[in-house]
Amino acid sequence: MTKPESELTWKDLEIGSIVAEPGNASQYKTGDWRSQRPIFDTSKCIKCAICYIFCPEGCVERNAEGYFEANLFYCKGCGICARECWPKAITMAEEEE
Amino acid sequence: MAKTIGIEVSLAIAEAAKLANVDVVAAYPITPQTHIVEHLAELVADGELDAAYIPVESEHSAMSACLGASATGARTFTATAGQGLELMHEVLYVASSMQLPIVMAVANRALSAPLSVWGDHSDVMAVRDTGWIQIFTENGQEVVDNILCAFRIAEDPRVLLPVMIHLDGFYLSHMIEPVLFPEPSQVDKFIPPYQYPMPLHPDRPVTMGAFGPPIIYSEAKWAQEVNLRASKKVILQCWDDFGKTFQRYYSPVESYRVEDARVLLLTMGSFSETAMTAIDKMRAEGSAVGLVRIRLWRPFPFAEIRQAVKNAEVLIILDRAISFGGPGGPVCSEVRSALYSEDKKPKVVSFVAGLGGRDITPAGFEEIISRGIEISQKGSDKEFEIFGVRE
Repeated sequence: MTKPESELTWKDLEIGSIVAEPGNASQYKTGDWRSQRPIFDTSKCIKCAICYIFCPEGCVERNAEGYFEANLFYCKGCGICARECWPKAITMAEEEE
Repeated sequence: MAKTIGIEVSLAIAEAAKLANVDVVAAYPITPQTHIVEHLAELVADGELDAAYIPVESEHSAMSACLGASATGARTFTATAGQGLELMHEVLYVASSMQLPIVMAVANRALSAPLSVWGDHSDVMAVRDTGWIQIFTENGQEVVDNILCAFRIAEDPRVLLPVMIHLDGFYLSHMIEPVLFPEPSQVDKFIPPYQYPMPLHPDRPVTMGAFGPPIIYSEAKWAQEVNLRASKKVILQCWDDFGKTFQRYYSPVESYRVEDARVLLLTMGSFSETAMTAIDKMRAEGSAVGLVRIRLWRPFPFAEIRQAVKNAEVLIILDRAISFGGPGGPVCSEVRSALYSEDKKPKVVSFVAGLGGRDITPAGFEEIISRGIEISQKGSDKEFEIFGVRE
């Protein structure tokens, strides 16, 4: 997309609202759907990658030190990672706090 | 040589689709449209038409298959009627908003219940707001001509919208009429092969019908509205070119014997020809009556309607459908609304008649006109009057 969706005018749309740029869903910010964010505690994390496997959004990434963190541009705050993390290294915190 | 032949109008429609060299037909048979798709199936099976004929299990599937075909850039045709058009309903919106130039003949039919296979405009009115270009026809020649025009209009890069050609079920679909078929070479020139600008193709992936969140949906709908309104210019150009090529001219609103007419009757579809007979008789008897017919139903021809009726004192509008519990006649409702802000406008009287295949004879039209004049003078406490119902 040449412009973010919020700046597109009706004249900018392709015929029939076709999306002509493959893969541009990656520019779609789903992070603002979130009401809770996951907090990763590296002191408890055993790097098992269960959060990475269960994240339905595929937004959990491994950093240079081998720990996992959520990409907050995409993370919808569903809490599945926190629920599945058996060493309890992930907790959900209210966004507004 | 172009030649006139006597042919059932349904078969003539299939022949017109053949002349247009359609690539894909996906259709489900339903009375009174059946002969159209039967003949198309025959033409394909006999090798006379090089097209893919997709037999589907329902009209919903028929229109869905048309979407897919049209999205690849194939010239796509289908036909339906009544309940079939209703079963297509949700997919009709998809065709127009994805800007797929599908052409569809609709043999107008009443809606159940009680079950009626006969003609009226209930099916059309239910799909009024689907975003398709909609054109009404009055005889076999007009259907054939407008099927050809429909492809040219639909595929114009300035338009890219689906087109419905309406013809009255049985009254028109099953008539045997003289139809002048143009030469294939003339048709090839009039509707040359076209290129959909962004077809589905693995070499250039696109997403069609993606989801539109609130941030973009209104923009998409406004683009669609602007496009449908702007298509009128192309429709007029097409009819003009058609006239120059084939010497038969069409207009969004057509008038018959309206000179000095104080009273105008407004109709849509094949009943207009019966109404003409009534107008001729009343004219011969000295009544200043005339007939106005709407040909282009969508985009609605506001300017032409205002122009056509501005000098009349009374405008009697015939609808062949009921908007239940509402204004009665949908056509009347739209015309009246188009005239509301005009300084000079006729008194409008709304009639509903000709439902579910009920005839309106020339004498019936005379009665409607006389009663309409009476209502215009004395007023009425009803939104509309229904004609011919036994008390």
